[in-house]
Parts: sequence; structure tokens; C-alpha cells
Amino acid sequence: MAHIQVLEGVPGIRSLVLFRPETGKPLYDLAQVLLRGESPLSEAERELIAAYVSHRNECMFCMSSHAAAARCLYGDQKNTVDEVLADMQQSHINDKLKALLHIAGKVQILGSEVTPEDIVTARNLGATDREIHDTVLIAATFCMFNRYVDGLASLTPTEPEVYAEMGERMAKGYSLPQP
Amino acid sequence: MPYIPLEDHLPGITGLLEYSKETAAPIRELTQVLLRGPSTLTEGERELIATVVSHRNQCKFCVTAHTAAADVLLGEHETSAKVKEDISTAPVSDKMKALLTIAAQVQQSGKAVTTESIQKAKDVGATDIEIHDTVLIAALFCLYNRYVDGLATVTPSQPEFYQGLGQRLKDHGYNRLPQGYDHLKKNNPVH
Repeated sequence: MAHIQVLEGVPGIRSLVLFRPETGKPLYDLAQVLLRGESPLSEAERELIAAYVSHRNECMFCMSSHAAAARCLYGDQKNTVDEVLADMQQSHINDKLKALLHIAGKVQILGSEVTPEDIVTARNLGATDREIHDTVLIAATFCMFNRYVDGLASLTPTEPEVYAEMGERMAKGYSLPQP
Repeated sequence: MPYIPLEDHLPGITGLLEYSKETAAPIRELTQVLLRGPSTLTEGERELIATVVSHRNQCKFCVTAHTAAADVLLGEHETSAKVKEDISTAPVSDKMKALLTIAAQVQQSGKAVTTESIQKAKDVGATDIEIHDTVLIAALFCLYNRYVDGLATVTPSQPEFYQGLGQRLKDHGYNRLPQGYDHLKKNNPVH
């Protein structure tokens, strides 16, 4: 049961933003601009970073829902998502994306963990300023979302079908749920 | 030196928020609602939550800036210093001790928040909204601290810089200044 009185049966962040729409609106706006707005990273890549960080934070709700969104966006390459979550370094993604996910993993621990060498490695593989910026901000943002969702013990469904449906909705974008 | 090109006259978070204005807008709005919007927690109390979390994330820029903001709002320096040292003996109400304890757990991980610490907060009068906002402020500063340090932004060393920033956060809150930040180029980066 959630730590505060939210609508029963509503999962994860949806229950929290319905409880407090004043903060819910900028939270959904941030998700939309960061994951669907202009960026040199594809929407699929950005959802993958979100899922990867949520996985490392052991946030089951965010990991499952953003992995589902990433699978939708990767289409026939959807196995990529499960490969990365199982073992990022051994996965078939390109080296630049590996370097960016490595940076995201450092951000998940703490900002100061990111080293100049991590950045040089990513740049040598072709990562741009904007890609590095977006990676760090997506990772930092999911360190917030994961703590929000689990810190208030919001409802975490366990059925894979629930997340598959959620992923399809999320792939289309983020807008504040209405009561 | 920052990992990406940021304006020299905008150290810490400000340079990042100006680098990416599209993402900055909702981040600023969220912060303004949480730290300056209507609440049963005072602005000073909410700045203390930001201070404790930034301190535990070892983000020097954010901890110094929010300590300065808390000090300006509270009119003294003792409380912010004591909450960083030891929440349980700091000169704050029992409700604030319970909320700061929850914030400290959020800093570690969402899963670190215990049913006992929530019950304790409720027993000393914390409302659901106060608990919600405490968790979200703590989570938001886990974002800020990682954003600021993860891109190696500049951390000024002069105390006057933070006194000026603390005053600006009291006077203007977290909205983007209507005139932007170009005026800081000519002066010391204070106001």
C-alpha cells in the first residue's frame, strides 16, 4: 500500500500525479520534452537510457514501463532492450551508445562518478555535446522519478501485460493523466 | 572545466538551465511549485530539505547555494549547519526531524524509505501532502545534484557568490529571470 492516500488501483507515478497535479504537470512536461522533444538521440535510445537507469535503481515500475516503451519504439529490434538490461557491455548496441549508457550508469551512482575519461571515450566514438548533455539529464531525471515512485511506495503491477499496454501508450508521448 | 560548453558567467546549475532552455522550463516550474508554492511547510523548511539532500549527495554547488537560501529565509546560520551534522539533534520541530529523516532515506534510494519513518512523521503531525512534497523535493535534488556534478559545472569558491545567489533565490525564487542573465557578464557573478 502506498505511504500516502492515493487513488486505489492506479499504478506508479500516475497515482502520484493525480494526488498532486500541481507538481504532476511539470513532471509530465519534463518527461515529454526530454524523451520526445528534439534530441540527436532517438526516442528508442532515450527510453533505453531511462530503463537502464531505472533497472540500476531497482525501480520495478519505471524499469518495466520504460523497457516496454523502448521495445515498442525499437520495433523489430526490440530484443536490444532485454540484451542491454541483461548485460549492457555484451549487447549488440553500437559503441557510442555503450559509452553513453556507461555515463548514465555513473550518473546513477553519483554525479561526481563521471570522469573526464568517460567523456573523452564517448566523444572519440562520435558523441556530441548535446548527446552527452541529454544522457546525463535523462539519467539524473530517472534518479528522481525512481525515488518518487518507490519512496512513496506507489502500486507496482506485476503482470507483464499491464506494462506492454503501458509501453504502447507511452511510446506515443507523455501527457498528464486526467482524473 | 565543464564537460560541455557552458557560459563562463553562469556557474553551477544556471549555465545548464540556459544551455537547454526547453528542459529547464519544466524543471524550474517544478522547483518553484515545490519550494515556493503554497505549502504548510515554510520556504525555509523546504530549503533545509534541499540542503540536507545536496549535502548527502556531496554536491558542493547545490549544498552551498541552498544553505545560503535557507539562511536568508530563516535569518540565521545555525539551523542549516546543524541539520547537515545531525538531524536528530538539530534545532527543528519533531515534524521536521521526521521529514528530514525521510528525505535522507530518499537520497539513498526510494526503497530505503521505511513504513516506520512514514508512521513516525504521521504520528508527529505530518500530512500526506507534506510527506509527498518532502519525498519529491528530495528526489528532485537527486536530479539537480547529478546534473550539476555529472557535467562538471564550475563551483565558485567565493562565499559572496553564494550569499548573492541565496538572496536571489529568496527574492526571485526559481523562475527564469525575465531579463535573462546577460547582466551578470559585466559584474561580479553575484546578482
